[in-house]
Amino acid sequence: MMNCSVEELKKKAKSIRLNIVKMVGPGKAGHFGGSCSLAEIVSVLYFRKMRHYPEDPKWEDRDRLILSKGHGAIVQYAALAMCGYFPMDELWNLKKLGSMLQGHPDMKKTPGIEANTGSLGQGLSISCGIAAGAKLDGKDYKVYCIVGDGETAEGQIWEAAMAASFYKLDNLVGILDCNRIQATGPIAERFDINPVKEKWLAFGWHVIEIDGHDVEQIISALDQADKVTGKPTMIIAHTVKGKGIPFAENTAAFHNGIMTREQYETACLALMD
Amino acid sequence: MGVHNQRRVYGETLVELGRENNNIVVLEADLGKSTMSCLFQNEFPERYFEMSIAEANMVSFAAGLSLTGKIAFVNTFAVFASGRPFDQIRQGVCIGRLNVKIIGSSAGLSDFGDGATHQSVEDIAIMRAIPNMTVIALCDGIETEKAVRAIAKYDGPVYMRLSRNDLEDIFPEDQEFVIGKPVVLKDGTDIAIFAMGTMVGPALKAAAELEKEGISARVINVSTLKPIDDNEIINLARGMKGVITAEEHSYIGGLASVVTYALRNTPVPFEAVAINDCFGQSAESHQELLDYFGLNSEGIIRKARLILGA
Repeated sequence: MMNCSVEELKKKAKSIRLNIVKMVGPGKAGHFGGSCSLAEIVSVLYFRKMRHYPEDPKWEDRDRLILSKGHGAIVQYAALAMCGYFPMDELWNLKKLGSMLQGHPDMKKTPGIEANTGSLGQGLSISCGIAAGAKLDGKDYKVYCIVGDGETAEGQIWEAAMAASFYKLDNLVGILDCNRIQATGPIAERFDINPVKEKWLAFGWHVIEIDGHDVEQIISALDQADKVTGKPTMIIAHTVKGKGIPFAENTAAFHNGIMTREQYETACLALMD
Repeated sequence: MGVHNQRRVYGETLVELGRENNNIVVLEADLGKSTMSCLFQNEFPERYFEMSIAEANMVSFAAGLSLTGKIAFVNTFAVFASGRPFDQIRQGVCIGRLNVKIIGSSAGLSDFGDGATHQSVEDIAIMRAIPNMTVIALCDGIETEKAVRAIAKYDGPVYMRLSRNDLEDIFPEDQEFVIGKPVVLKDGTDIAIFAMGTMVGPALKAAAELEKEGISARVINVSTLKPIDDNEIINLARGMKGVITAEEHSYIGGLASVVTYALRNTPVPFEAVAINDCFGQSAESHQELLDYFGLNSEGIIRKARLILGA
Protein backbone atom coordinates (compact mmCIF):
# COMPACT_ATOMS: atom_id res chain seq x y z
CA MET A 1 0.00 0.00 0.00
CA MET A 2 1.25 3.44 -0.90
CA ASN A 3 0.42 6.83 0.45
CA CYS A 4 1.95 9.34 -1.92
CA SER A 5 1.63 13.07 -1.31
CA VAL A 6 -0.20 15.36 -3.71
CA GLU A 7 3.09 16.51 -5.19
CA GLU A 8 4.31 12.95 -5.60
CA LEU A 9 1.03 11.97 -7.25
CA LYS A 10 1.38 14.78 -9.78
CA LYS A 11 4.84 13.46 -10.63
CA LYS A 12 3.51 9.92 -10.86
CA ALA A 13 0.85 11.06 -13.32
CA LYS A 14 3.52 12.65 -15.45
CA SER A 15 5.63 9.48 -15.33
CA ILE A 16 2.59 7.42 -16.26
CA ARG A 17 2.12 9.60 -19.35
CA LEU A 18 5.77 9.31 -20.29
CA ASN A 19 5.60 5.54 -19.95
CA ILE A 20 2.47 5.49 -22.10
CA VAL A 21 4.33 7.38 -24.83
CA LYS A 22 7.40 5.19 -24.51
CA MET A 23 5.58 1.86 -24.42
CA VAL A 24 3.66 2.62 -27.60
CA GLY A 25 6.56 4.38 -29.29
CA PRO A 26 6.59 6.10 -32.68
CA GLY A 27 5.01 4.52 -35.73
CA LYS A 28 2.60 2.32 -33.81
CA ALA A 29 -1.03 2.84 -32.94
CA GLY A 30 -1.95 3.44 -29.31
CA HIS A 31 -4.96 4.70 -27.38
CA PHE A 32 -3.19 7.82 -26.13
CA GLY A 33 -6.25 10.04 -25.80
CA GLY A 34 -8.40 8.12 -23.35
CA SER A 35 -5.36 6.87 -21.45
CA CYS A 36 -3.77 10.25 -20.81
CA SER A 37 -7.10 11.66 -19.65
CA LEU A 38 -6.90 9.15 -16.79
CA ALA A 39 -3.31 9.61 -15.61
CA GLU A 40 -4.11 11.56 -12.42
CA ILE A 41 -7.09 9.39 -11.53
CA VAL A 42 -5.17 6.14 -11.96
CA SER A 43 -2.22 7.64 -10.13
CA VAL A 44 -4.33 8.56 -7.09
CA LEU A 45 -6.01 5.15 -7.06
CA TYR A 46 -2.85 3.05 -7.22
CA PHE A 47 -0.43 5.27 -5.33
CA ARG A 48 -2.64 6.51 -2.55
CA LYS A 49 -6.23 5.38 -2.33
CA MET A 50 -6.41 1.67 -3.01
CA ARG A 51 -5.46 -0.99 -0.51
CA HIS A 52 -3.33 -3.41 -2.47
CA TYR A 53 -0.07 -5.30 -2.41
CA PRO A 54 1.59 -5.61 -5.83
CA GLU A 55 3.61 -8.56 -4.54
CA ASP A 56 0.34 -10.36 -3.73
CA PRO A 57 -2.00 -9.39 -6.59
CA LYS A 58 -4.68 -11.93 -5.55
CA TRP A 59 -4.86 -10.78 -1.91
CA GLU A 60 -8.54 -11.28 -1.26
CA ASP A 61 -9.16 -8.07 0.65
CA ARG A 62 -7.58 -5.82 -1.99
CA ASP A 63 -9.50 -2.93 -3.50
CA ARG A 64 -10.24 -3.62 -7.15
CA LEU A 65 -9.94 -1.37 -10.19
CA ILE A 66 -11.81 -2.42 -13.31
CA LEU A 67 -11.20 -0.45 -16.47
CA SER A 68 -14.53 -0.76 -18.22
CA LYS A 69 -13.13 1.40 -21.00
CA GLY A 70 -10.59 -1.32 -21.68
CA HIS A 71 -8.98 0.55 -24.57
CA GLY A 72 -7.28 2.69 -21.93
CA ALA A 73 -5.24 -0.37 -20.90
CA ILE A 74 -1.88 1.38 -21.32
CA VAL A 75 -2.56 3.83 -18.50
CA GLN A 76 -3.24 0.90 -16.19
CA TYR A 77 -0.21 -1.03 -17.47
CA ALA A 78 2.05 1.94 -16.75
CA ALA A 79 0.68 2.27 -13.22
CA LEU A 80 0.85 -1.47 -12.53
CA ALA A 81 4.46 -1.63 -13.65
CA MET A 82 5.38 1.45 -11.61
CA CYS A 83 3.73 -0.17 -8.57
CA GLY A 84 5.76 -3.32 -9.10
CA TYR A 85 3.13 -5.79 -10.33
CA PHE A 86 5.59 -6.74 -13.07
CA PRO A 87 8.97 -5.46 -14.27
CA MET A 88 9.02 -2.15 -16.13
CA ASP A 89 10.69 -3.96 -19.03
CA GLU A 90 7.41 -5.72 -19.77
CA LEU A 91 6.03 -2.37 -20.93
CA TRP A 92 8.31 -2.48 -23.95
CA ASN A 93 6.68 -5.75 -25.04
CA LEU A 94 3.25 -4.15 -25.32
CA LYS A 95 1.05 -5.94 -27.88
CA LYS A 96 3.93 -8.12 -29.08
CA LEU A 97 3.13 -11.78 -29.80
CA GLY A 98 3.18 -13.68 -26.52
CA SER A 99 3.30 -10.52 -24.39
CA MET A 100 1.59 -10.33 -21.01
CA LEU A 101 0.37 -6.90 -22.08
CA GLN A 102 -2.46 -7.34 -24.58
CA GLY A 103 -4.17 -4.59 -26.53
CA HIS A 104 -7.00 -4.78 -24.02
CA PRO A 105 -6.90 -5.92 -20.38
CA ASP A 106 -6.55 -9.69 -19.90
CA MET A 107 -6.81 -10.96 -16.33
CA LYS A 108 -5.25 -14.29 -17.29
CA LYS A 109 -2.11 -12.70 -18.66
CA THR A 110 -1.41 -9.59 -16.60
CA PRO A 111 -0.92 -9.47 -12.81
CA GLY A 112 -3.16 -6.77 -11.34
CA ILE A 113 -5.78 -6.91 -14.07
CA GLU A 114 -9.08 -7.96 -12.51
CA ALA A 115 -11.32 -8.72 -15.50
CA ASN A 116 -11.38 -8.95 -19.26
CA THR A 117 -12.72 -5.72 -20.63
CA GLY A 118 -12.58 -3.96 -23.95
CA SER A 119 -15.95 -4.78 -25.40
CA LEU A 120 -17.51 -1.58 -24.10
CA GLY A 121 -20.32 -1.42 -21.60
CA GLN A 122 -19.50 -4.59 -19.69
CA GLY A 123 -17.01 -3.58 -17.02
CA LEU A 124 -19.52 -1.72 -14.88
CA SER A 125 -21.73 -4.83 -14.73
CA ILE A 126 -18.72 -6.97 -13.84
CA SER A 127 -17.84 -4.46 -11.12
CA CYS A 128 -21.40 -4.68 -9.77
CA GLY A 129 -21.02 -8.47 -9.56
CA ILE A 130 -17.73 -8.16 -7.68
CA ALA A 131 -19.27 -5.60 -5.31
CA ALA A 132 -22.26 -7.91 -4.72
CA GLY A 133 -19.85 -10.81 -4.08
CA ALA A 134 -17.95 -8.70 -1.56
CA LYS A 135 -21.17 -8.00 0.30
CA LEU A 136 -22.08 -11.72 0.37
CA ASP A 137 -18.65 -12.42 1.82
CA GLY A 138 -18.88 -9.61 4.38
CA LYS A 139 -15.74 -8.03 2.90
CA ASP A 140 -15.16 -4.29 3.06
CA TYR A 141 -12.99 -3.79 -0.01
CA LYS A 142 -13.96 -1.21 -2.62
CA VAL A 143 -14.61 -1.79 -6.27
CA TYR A 144 -13.55 1.10 -8.52
CA CYS A 145 -14.75 1.11 -12.08
CA ILE A 146 -13.62 3.57 -14.74
CA VAL A 147 -16.20 4.16 -17.44
CA GLY A 148 -15.70 6.23 -20.58
CA ASP A 149 -18.17 8.96 -21.39
CA GLY A 150 -18.50 7.65 -24.94
CA GLU A 151 -19.03 4.21 -23.46
CA THR A 152 -22.27 5.32 -21.84
CA ALA A 153 -23.93 5.04 -25.24
CA GLU A 154 -23.91 1.31 -24.53
CA GLY A 155 -27.29 0.32 -23.11
CA GLN A 156 -25.70 -2.17 -20.73
CA ILE A 157 -24.17 0.71 -18.74
CA TRP A 158 -27.70 1.73 -17.75
CA GLU A 159 -28.68 -1.85 -16.94
CA ALA A 160 -25.70 -1.89 -14.58
CA ALA A 161 -26.63 1.53 -13.23
CA MET A 162 -30.06 0.17 -12.24
CA ALA A 163 -28.61 -3.05 -10.81
CA ALA A 164 -26.06 -1.15 -8.68
CA SER A 165 -28.62 1.10 -7.04
CA PHE A 166 -31.19 -1.70 -6.69
CA TYR A 167 -28.65 -3.84 -4.83
CA LYS A 168 -27.43 -0.80 -2.84
CA LEU A 169 -23.83 -1.36 -3.84
CA ASP A 170 -22.23 1.37 -1.74
CA ASN A 171 -18.91 -0.46 -2.06
CA LEU A 172 -18.89 0.40 -5.76
CA VAL A 173 -17.39 3.67 -6.99
CA GLY A 174 -17.70 4.54 -10.65
CA ILE A 175 -15.45 7.12 -12.25
CA LEU A 176 -16.75 8.61 -15.47
CA ASP A 177 -13.92 9.85 -17.67
CA CYS A 178 -15.62 12.79 -19.36
CA ASN A 179 -13.11 13.73 -22.02
CA ARG A 180 -15.97 14.59 -24.40
CA ILE A 181 -14.46 12.92 -27.45
CA GLN A 182 -15.03 9.42 -28.81
CA ALA A 183 -13.19 7.56 -31.59
CA THR A 184 -14.49 9.59 -34.50
CA GLY A 185 -15.27 12.95 -32.93
CA PRO A 186 -17.13 14.88 -30.24
CA ILE A 187 -19.60 12.80 -28.24
CA ALA A 188 -22.17 15.59 -28.30
CA GLU A 189 -22.30 15.30 -32.09
CA ARG A 190 -23.08 11.60 -31.87
CA PHE A 191 -25.30 10.58 -28.97
CA ASP A 192 -25.32 13.54 -26.62
CA ILE A 193 -24.95 11.94 -23.21
CA ASN A 194 -25.86 15.14 -21.37
CA PRO A 195 -27.13 15.93 -18.85
CA VAL A 196 -24.71 13.46 -17.29
CA LYS A 197 -25.12 14.36 -13.64
CA GLU A 198 -28.91 14.27 -13.76
CA LYS A 199 -28.87 10.88 -15.48
CA TRP A 200 -26.79 9.21 -12.77
CA LEU A 201 -28.81 10.91 -10.04
CA ALA A 202 -31.99 9.64 -11.66
CA PHE A 203 -30.57 6.12 -11.67
CA GLY A 204 -30.14 6.31 -7.91
CA TRP A 205 -26.43 7.05 -7.61
CA HIS A 206 -24.61 9.50 -5.38
CA VAL A 207 -22.88 11.88 -7.78
CA ILE A 208 -19.73 13.94 -7.31
CA GLU A 209 -18.39 16.22 -10.04
CA ILE A 210 -14.69 17.07 -10.23
CA ASP A 211 -11.83 18.22 -12.42
CA GLY A 212 -10.30 14.87 -13.27
CA HIS A 213 -6.79 16.31 -13.51
CA ASP A 214 -6.87 17.96 -10.07
CA VAL A 215 -5.23 15.48 -7.73
CA GLU A 216 -6.66 17.08 -4.59
CA GLN A 217 -10.19 16.98 -6.00
CA ILE A 218 -9.75 13.32 -6.95
CA ILE A 219 -8.57 12.42 -3.46
CA SER A 220 -11.39 14.33 -1.84
CA ALA A 221 -14.03 12.74 -4.10
CA LEU A 222 -12.76 9.22 -3.42
CA ASP A 223 -12.73 9.93 0.32
CA GLN A 224 -16.26 11.32 0.13
CA ALA A 225 -17.38 8.14 -1.68
CA ASP A 226 -16.20 6.10 1.31
CA LYS A 227 -18.83 7.80 3.46
CA VAL A 228 -21.78 7.17 1.14
CA THR A 229 -24.06 4.40 2.34
CA GLY A 230 -26.94 2.58 0.67
CA LYS A 231 -26.10 3.63 -2.88
CA PRO A 232 -23.24 3.53 -5.36
CA THR A 233 -21.20 6.64 -6.14
CA MET A 234 -20.39 8.03 -9.57
CA ILE A 235 -17.52 10.51 -9.76
CA ILE A 236 -17.97 12.56 -12.90
CA ALA A 237 -14.43 13.54 -13.82
CA HIS A 238 -14.09 16.30 -16.39
CA THR A 239 -10.90 15.59 -18.27
CA VAL A 240 -8.96 16.50 -21.38
CA LYS A 241 -8.50 13.79 -23.95
CA GLY A 242 -4.79 13.28 -24.62
CA LYS A 243 -3.88 15.49 -21.64
CA GLY A 244 -0.16 16.20 -21.36
CA ILE A 245 0.75 15.32 -24.94
CA PRO A 246 0.52 18.72 -26.65
CA PHE A 247 -0.54 17.54 -30.12
CA ALA A 248 -2.91 14.87 -28.75
CA GLU A 249 -5.00 17.11 -26.50
CA ASN A 250 -8.68 17.52 -27.32
CA THR A 251 -8.54 15.65 -30.59
CA ALA A 252 -10.09 12.43 -31.83
CA ALA A 253 -7.00 11.85 -33.97
CA PHE A 254 -5.17 10.38 -30.99
CA HIS A 255 -8.06 8.32 -29.64
CA ASN A 256 -6.11 5.51 -31.25
CA GLY A 257 -3.34 7.33 -33.06
CA ILE A 258 0.16 6.89 -34.42
CA MET A 259 2.95 9.29 -33.47
CA THR A 260 5.59 10.28 -35.96
CA ARG A 261 9.19 10.22 -34.76
CA GLU A 262 9.05 14.02 -34.33
CA GLN A 263 5.81 13.83 -32.37
CA TYR A 264 7.31 11.10 -30.19
CA GLU A 265 10.23 13.35 -29.33
CA THR A 266 7.95 16.31 -28.70
CA ALA A 267 5.82 14.18 -26.36
CA CYS A 268 8.83 12.84 -24.46
CA LEU A 269 10.25 16.35 -24.04
CA ALA A 270 6.92 17.66 -22.75
CA LEU A 271 6.66 14.86 -20.19
CA MET A 272 10.22 14.67 -18.93
CA ASP A 273 11.15 16.38 -15.69
CA MET B 1 -40.26 -45.98 -16.25
CA GLY B 2 -40.89 -42.69 -14.62
CA VAL B 3 -41.29 -39.25 -16.02
CA HIS B 4 -39.38 -36.14 -14.94
CA ASN B 5 -39.23 -32.54 -15.93
CA GLN B 6 -35.68 -31.27 -16.50
CA ARG B 7 -36.52 -27.78 -15.28
CA ARG B 8 -37.92 -29.02 -11.99
CA VAL B 9 -35.06 -31.48 -11.46
CA TYR B 10 -32.63 -28.66 -12.22
CA GLY B 11 -34.29 -26.31 -9.72
CA GLU B 12 -34.40 -28.96 -7.02
CA THR B 13 -30.79 -29.98 -7.58
CA LEU B 14 -29.74 -26.36 -7.40
CA VAL B 15 -31.38 -26.09 -3.98
CA GLU B 16 -29.52 -29.19 -2.80
CA LEU B 17 -26.26 -27.77 -4.10
CA GLY B 18 -27.06 -24.49 -2.36
CA ARG B 19 -27.34 -26.37 0.94
CA GLU B 20 -24.01 -28.08 0.34
CA ASN B 21 -22.08 -25.08 -0.91
CA ASN B 22 -22.42 -21.45 0.19
CA ASN B 23 -20.66 -20.29 -2.97
CA ILE B 24 -23.53 -21.27 -5.25
CA VAL B 25 -25.32 -18.12 -6.44
CA VAL B 26 -28.21 -17.91 -8.89
CA LEU B 27 -29.16 -15.13 -11.29
CA GLU B 28 -32.43 -14.83 -13.12
CA ALA B 29 -33.93 -12.59 -15.81
CA ASP B 30 -37.54 -12.48 -14.67
CA LEU B 31 -38.37 -16.05 -15.75
CA GLY B 32 -37.74 -17.76 -12.43
CA LYS B 33 -41.12 -19.43 -12.23
CA SER B 34 -40.47 -21.05 -15.59
CA THR B 35 -36.76 -21.84 -15.32
CA MET B 36 -37.48 -23.06 -11.76
CA SER B 37 -34.69 -20.96 -10.33
CA CYS B 38 -37.52 -19.75 -8.05
CA LEU B 39 -36.95 -22.86 -5.92
CA PHE B 40 -33.50 -21.54 -5.05
CA GLN B 41 -34.92 -18.08 -4.44
CA ASN B 42 -37.36 -19.47 -1.88
CA GLU B 43 -34.62 -21.09 0.16
CA PHE B 44 -31.66 -18.76 -0.38
CA PRO B 45 -33.02 -15.28 -1.13
CA GLU B 46 -29.69 -13.65 -0.18
CA ARG B 47 -27.83 -15.70 -2.81
CA TYR B 48 -30.46 -15.17 -5.49
CA PHE B 49 -30.16 -12.19 -7.82
CA GLU B 50 -33.25 -11.14 -9.72
CA MET B 51 -31.61 -9.26 -12.57
CA SER B 52 -34.83 -8.24 -14.26
CA ILE B 53 -35.20 -8.18 -18.03
CA ALA B 54 -31.57 -7.29 -18.72
CA GLU B 55 -29.65 -10.36 -19.84
CA ALA B 56 -26.44 -8.59 -20.85
CA ASN B 57 -25.95 -7.08 -17.41
CA MET B 58 -26.95 -10.39 -15.81
CA VAL B 59 -24.15 -12.31 -17.51
CA SER B 60 -21.45 -9.71 -16.80
CA PHE B 61 -22.72 -9.39 -13.20
CA ALA B 62 -22.38 -13.18 -12.90
CA ALA B 63 -18.82 -12.88 -14.22
CA GLY B 64 -18.14 -10.38 -11.41
CA LEU B 65 -19.62 -12.70 -8.79
CA SER B 66 -17.45 -15.54 -10.08
CA LEU B 67 -14.41 -13.29 -9.66
CA THR B 68 -15.15 -13.35 -5.93
CA GLY B 69 -15.15 -17.15 -5.88
CA LYS B 70 -18.85 -17.73 -6.44
CA ILE B 71 -20.25 -20.44 -8.71
CA ALA B 72 -22.79 -18.46 -10.68
CA PHE B 73 -25.79 -20.11 -12.35
CA VAL B 74 -27.39 -17.78 -14.89
CA ASN B 75 -30.94 -18.51 -15.97
CA THR B 76 -33.22 -17.56 -18.81
CA PHE B 77 -34.67 -19.21 -21.90
CA ALA B 78 -32.08 -20.87 -24.15
CA VAL B 79 -32.80 -18.54 -27.04
CA PHE B 80 -32.07 -15.49 -24.87
CA ALA B 81 -29.27 -17.11 -22.85
CA SER B 82 -27.26 -17.92 -25.96
CA GLY B 83 -28.33 -15.02 -28.14
CA ARG B 84 -28.79 -11.77 -26.27
CA PRO B 85 -25.64 -11.85 -24.11
CA PHE B 86 -23.39 -13.60 -26.64
CA ASP B 87 -20.76 -10.88 -26.40
CA GLN B 88 -20.90 -10.77 -22.60
CA ILE B 89 -20.39 -14.55 -22.49
CA ARG B 90 -17.57 -14.40 -25.02
CA GLN B 91 -15.69 -11.39 -23.65
CA GLY B 92 -16.39 -11.33 -19.96
CA VAL B 93 -16.82 -15.02 -19.17
CA CYS B 94 -15.01 -17.22 -21.69
CA ILE B 95 -11.80 -15.29 -22.39
CA GLY B 96 -11.14 -15.25 -18.65
CA ARG B 97 -12.46 -18.84 -18.31
CA LEU B 98 -14.69 -17.78 -15.43
CA ASN B 99 -16.84 -20.12 -13.38
CA VAL B 100 -20.21 -19.12 -14.82
CA LYS B 101 -22.90 -21.61 -15.80
CA ILE B 102 -25.33 -20.41 -18.44
CA ILE B 103 -28.53 -22.44 -18.22
CA GLY B 104 -30.66 -22.28 -21.35
CA SER B 105 -34.18 -23.24 -20.34
CA SER B 106 -37.09 -24.12 -22.65
CA ALA B 107 -34.54 -25.10 -25.27
CA GLY B 108 -35.15 -26.30 -28.81
CA LEU B 109 -38.80 -26.21 -29.83
CA SER B 110 -40.00 -27.05 -26.33
CA ASP B 111 -41.59 -23.63 -25.81
CA PHE B 112 -43.99 -24.77 -28.52
CA GLY B 113 -46.67 -22.14 -28.14
CA ASP B 114 -44.48 -19.05 -28.14
CA GLY B 115 -43.12 -19.54 -31.65
CA ALA B 116 -39.85 -18.73 -33.40
CA THR B 117 -38.84 -15.85 -31.10
CA HIS B 118 -38.79 -18.16 -28.07
CA GLN B 119 -37.46 -21.36 -29.63
CA SER B 120 -33.75 -22.06 -29.92
CA VAL B 121 -32.59 -23.94 -32.98
CA GLU B 122 -29.02 -22.61 -32.95
CA ASP B 123 -28.02 -22.18 -29.28
CA ILE B 124 -25.63 -25.14 -29.31
CA ALA B 125 -23.94 -23.84 -32.46
CA ILE B 126 -23.44 -20.37 -30.97
CA MET B 127 -22.08 -21.63 -27.68
CA ARG B 128 -19.87 -24.33 -29.22
CA ALA B 129 -18.12 -21.70 -31.29
CA ILE B 130 -16.74 -19.91 -28.23
CA PRO B 131 -13.32 -21.11 -27.02
CA ASN B 132 -13.23 -22.38 -23.41
CA MET B 133 -16.98 -23.07 -23.39
CA THR B 134 -18.33 -26.47 -22.37
CA VAL B 135 -21.68 -27.30 -23.99
CA ILE B 136 -24.18 -29.78 -22.60
CA ALA B 137 -27.66 -31.08 -23.53
CA LEU B 138 -29.40 -33.74 -21.48
CA CYS B 139 -31.67 -36.66 -22.35
CA ASP B 140 -33.86 -36.75 -19.24
CA GLY B 141 -34.32 -35.71 -15.62
CA ILE B 142 -32.02 -38.35 -14.19
CA GLU B 143 -29.13 -37.20 -16.32
CA THR B 144 -30.00 -33.58 -15.53
CA GLU B 145 -29.49 -34.07 -11.81
CA LYS B 146 -26.13 -35.73 -12.35
CA ALA B 147 -25.07 -33.10 -14.87
CA VAL B 148 -26.00 -30.13 -12.66
CA ARG B 149 -23.85 -31.61 -9.92
CA ALA B 150 -21.00 -32.25 -12.36
CA ILE B 151 -20.96 -28.74 -13.80
CA ALA B 152 -21.07 -27.22 -10.32
CA LYS B 153 -17.87 -29.14 -9.52
CA TYR B 154 -16.22 -28.17 -12.80
CA ASP B 155 -14.33 -24.87 -12.63
CA GLY B 156 -15.08 -23.04 -15.88
CA PRO B 157 -17.79 -21.75 -18.17
CA VAL B 158 -20.61 -24.08 -19.16
CA TYR B 159 -23.67 -23.71 -21.35
CA MET B 160 -26.36 -26.26 -20.51
CA ARG B 161 -29.69 -26.45 -22.32
CA LEU B 162 -32.83 -27.85 -20.70
CA SER B 163 -36.11 -28.92 -22.25
CA ARG B 164 -39.36 -27.42 -21.04
CA ASN B 165 -41.57 -30.50 -21.09
CA ASP B 166 -41.76 -33.78 -19.19
CA LEU B 167 -39.47 -36.52 -20.45
CA GLU B 168 -39.45 -40.26 -19.82
CA ASP B 169 -36.54 -41.56 -17.76
CA ILE B 170 -33.79 -43.04 -19.89
CA PHE B 171 -30.42 -42.47 -18.25
CA PRO B 172 -29.37 -45.40 -16.04
CA GLU B 173 -29.50 -44.43 -12.36
CA ASP B 174 -26.17 -46.13 -11.74
CA GLN B 175 -24.43 -44.50 -14.74
CA GLU B 176 -21.99 -41.77 -13.79
CA PHE B 177 -22.23 -38.50 -15.71
CA VAL B 178 -18.81 -37.43 -16.90
CA ILE B 179 -18.37 -34.19 -18.84
CA GLY B 180 -17.13 -35.05 -22.33
CA LYS B 181 -18.11 -38.70 -22.17
CA PRO B 182 -20.76 -40.10 -24.53
CA VAL B 183 -22.72 -43.04 -23.12
CA VAL B 184 -23.88 -46.10 -25.08
CA LEU B 185 -27.46 -46.75 -24.00
CA LYS B 186 -28.08 -49.67 -26.34
CA ASP B 187 -25.48 -51.60 -28.26
CA GLY B 188 -25.79 -52.69 -31.88
CA THR B 189 -23.72 -53.70 -34.87
CA ASP B 190 -25.22 -52.22 -38.08
CA ILE B 191 -25.65 -48.50 -37.50
CA ALA B 192 -24.67 -46.00 -34.87
CA ILE B 193 -27.26 -43.45 -33.82
CA PHE B 194 -25.68 -40.52 -32.00
CA ALA B 195 -28.49 -38.68 -30.26
CA MET B 196 -28.62 -35.49 -28.22
CA GLY B 197 -31.03 -34.40 -25.49
CA THR B 198 -34.67 -34.88 -26.30
CA MET B 199 -33.87 -37.05 -29.34
CA VAL B 200 -32.30 -39.83 -27.27
CA GLY B 201 -35.75 -41.22 -26.38
CA PRO B 202 -36.89 -41.36 -30.03
CA ALA B 203 -33.51 -42.88 -30.97
CA LEU B 204 -34.04 -45.74 -28.53
CA LYS B 205 -37.57 -46.22 -29.83
CA ALA B 206 -36.27 -46.24 -33.41
CA ALA B 207 -33.60 -48.79 -32.47
CA ALA B 208 -36.27 -51.09 -31.02
CA GLU B 209 -38.33 -50.81 -34.22
CA LEU B 210 -35.28 -51.39 -36.43
CA GLU B 211 -34.44 -54.49 -34.41
CA LYS B 212 -37.74 -55.98 -35.63
CA GLU B 213 -36.56 -55.41 -39.20
CA GLY B 214 -33.29 -57.14 -38.47
CA ILE B 215 -31.29 -53.94 -38.21
CA SER B 216 -29.09 -53.69 -35.15
CA ALA B 217 -28.58 -50.13 -33.96
CA ARG B 218 -26.21 -48.76 -31.35
CA VAL B 219 -27.68 -45.74 -29.57
CA ILE B 220 -25.24 -43.25 -28.07
CA ASN B 221 -26.30 -40.42 -25.79
CA VAL B 222 -24.03 -37.47 -26.59
CA SER B 223 -24.74 -35.01 -23.81
CA THR B 224 -21.46 -33.11 -23.99
CA LEU B 225 -21.23 -31.39 -27.36
CA LYS B 226 -17.96 -29.77 -26.35
CA PRO B 227 -15.36 -30.79 -25.37
CA ILE B 228 -15.56 -34.19 -27.00
CA ASP B 229 -12.83 -36.56 -28.06
CA ASP B 230 -12.98 -37.29 -31.80
CA ASN B 231 -11.48 -40.73 -31.15
CA GLU B 232 -14.39 -41.60 -28.91
CA ILE B 233 -16.79 -40.98 -31.79
CA ILE B 234 -14.55 -42.78 -34.28
CA ASN B 235 -14.46 -45.82 -32.00
CA LEU B 236 -18.21 -45.82 -31.48
CA ALA B 237 -18.77 -45.64 -35.26
CA ARG B 238 -16.13 -48.25 -36.11
CA GLY B 239 -17.40 -51.19 -38.17
CA MET B 240 -20.83 -49.62 -38.66
CA LYS B 241 -22.56 -49.54 -42.05
CA GLY B 242 -23.86 -46.10 -41.33
CA VAL B 243 -24.03 -43.26 -38.83
CA ILE B 244 -27.05 -41.11 -37.94
CA THR B 245 -27.24 -38.09 -35.70
CA ALA B 246 -30.48 -36.95 -34.07
CA GLU B 247 -30.96 -33.57 -32.43
CA GLU B 248 -33.60 -30.95 -31.71
CA HIS B 249 -31.36 -28.27 -33.22
CA SER B 250 -30.20 -27.01 -36.58
CA TYR B 251 -27.89 -29.38 -38.43
CA ILE B 252 -25.51 -26.40 -38.52
CA GLY B 253 -23.16 -26.35 -35.55
CA GLY B 254 -24.88 -28.98 -33.46
CA LEU B 255 -24.46 -32.72 -33.08
CA ALA B 256 -24.34 -33.35 -36.85
CA SER B 257 -21.37 -30.97 -37.04
CA VAL B 258 -19.67 -32.63 -34.08
CA VAL B 259 -19.99 -36.13 -35.47
CA THR B 260 -19.25 -35.40 -39.13
CA TYR B 261 -16.14 -33.47 -38.14
CA ALA B 262 -14.95 -36.32 -35.93
CA LEU B 263 -15.55 -38.79 -38.76
CA ARG B 264 -13.97 -36.58 -41.44
CA ASN B 265 -11.45 -39.29 -42.34
CA THR B 266 -13.87 -42.19 -41.89
CA PRO B 267 -15.68 -43.27 -45.06
CA VAL B 268 -19.06 -44.16 -43.56
CA PRO B 269 -22.51 -43.18 -44.88
CA PHE B 270 -24.03 -40.41 -42.77
CA GLU B 271 -27.50 -38.94 -42.31
CA ALA B 272 -28.73 -36.26 -39.93
CA VAL B 273 -32.09 -35.90 -38.24
CA ALA B 274 -32.10 -32.21 -37.38
CA ILE B 275 -33.78 -28.92 -38.10
CA ASN B 276 -33.04 -27.91 -41.66
CA ASP B 277 -31.74 -24.35 -41.17
CA CYS B 278 -35.11 -22.79 -40.45
CA PHE B 279 -36.93 -21.19 -37.53
CA GLY B 280 -39.61 -22.88 -35.46
CA GLN B 281 -43.21 -21.71 -35.21
CA SER B 282 -46.13 -21.94 -32.82
CA ALA B 283 -47.97 -25.22 -32.36
CA GLU B 284 -50.35 -26.77 -29.86
CA SER B 285 -47.82 -29.22 -28.46
CA HIS B 286 -44.11 -29.90 -28.46
CA GLN B 287 -44.73 -33.27 -30.08
CA GLU B 288 -46.70 -31.68 -32.89
CA LEU B 289 -43.70 -29.49 -33.72
CA LEU B 290 -41.21 -32.34 -33.42
CA ASP B 291 -43.35 -34.41 -35.80
CA TYR B 292 -43.65 -31.46 -38.19
CA PHE B 293 -39.87 -31.25 -38.40
CA GLY B 294 -39.42 -35.03 -38.59
CA LEU B 295 -37.71 -35.07 -35.22
CA ASN B 296 -39.09 -38.43 -34.09
CA SER B 297 -38.40 -42.14 -34.21
CA GLU B 298 -40.00 -42.42 -37.65
CA GLY B 299 -37.56 -39.79 -38.93
CA ILE B 300 -34.63 -41.76 -37.58
CA ILE B 301 -35.96 -45.03 -39.02
CA ARG B 302 -36.34 -43.43 -42.45
CA LYS B 303 -32.71 -42.32 -42.39
CA ALA B 304 -31.58 -45.76 -41.25
CA ARG B 305 -33.39 -47.41 -44.14
CA LEU B 306 -31.96 -44.82 -46.51
CA ILE B 307 -28.41 -45.60 -45.42
CA LEU B 308 -28.84 -49.36 -45.44
CA GLY B 309 -30.90 -49.43 -48.63
CA ALA B 310 -33.51 -51.39 -46.73
